[in-house]
Amino acid sequence: MVPITTLHYLVVAAALFVLGVIGVLTRRNVVIVLMSIELILNAVNLNLVAFSRLYGLHGQIFAIFVITDAAAEAAVGLGILIAFFRNKETVNVDEVDLLKW
Amino acid sequence: MLHLVLFLIFGVVCVAGAVNLLVQSHPINSALSLVVVMGSLAGEYLLLGAEFVAAIQVIVYAGAIMVLFVFVIMLLNAGAEERTRGSRIAVLFGIPGLLVGSILLAWVLVARSGSQAVPVGALPGPPREIAMLLFHDFLLPFEVTSVLVLIAIMGAVVLAARPEAIEHTKKEG
Repeated sequence: MVPITTLHYLVVAAALFVLGVIGVLTRRNVVIVLMSIELILNAVNLNLVAFSRLYGLHGQIFAIFVITDAAAEAAVGLGILIAFFRNKETVNVDEVDLLKW
Repeated sequence: MLHLVLFLIFGVVCVAGAVNLLVQSHPINSALSLVVVMGSLAGEYLLLGAEFVAAIQVIVYAGAIMVLFVFVIMLLNAGAEERTRGSRIAVLFGIPGLLVGSILLAWVLVARSGSQAVPVGALPGPPREIAMLLFHDFLLPFEVTSVLVLIAIMGAVVLAARPEAIEHTKKEG
């Protein structure tokens, strides 16, 4: 019978973070890249809430701010994606090269 | 005992959903497995005793943000993506990087393994205390965040609107 420690939550958060980074680096579809970024933000949130047990409630406040920022980021990111799709008819990251010199 | 079982269930479902998000080739399947990840993370927050964050997680993430994602996937009508072979440089740097990273992570976790146990519902995190913090100590960041969200809404509308619709609005106003 192993007691659950803060470490266990950190392991789950680390796994989520690594999976999110792999998604950002390997997938071609912009929507899935944005979803992987959400995964990374969720890993950070889990860390903040797990640590807020040790250091007071401020971690939860930060988690709420991170959730708000994630909502704003998703809205702007998907807006850019729609504007881009209207012009180039693609959602693949490797075909987004307007700024390539 | 129940704590351990619940933690394992939520943690395994969470990581399995994240793996499924990466493996699926169609975006809509990835979006639905991301909903699973969000839901099980809310369960983890409840185990930690952070009820308010769990509720926000379900309402904002699993509700609002995922509806936005699914809506955009439907709107773009994007099909399954075709995979390309990974480049050689990515393999050359990625696999050693992953190895070094996981060794570093394992070392840190083993070195710090003596942390104290978390009882169920350990956090003193009722919405009342969070509101006291949010509307008293963190009032300025809270208001700045509301400005940020307002700017994000306007930016999203301007970006997603058709150019001729914006021209039309200018003429009307």
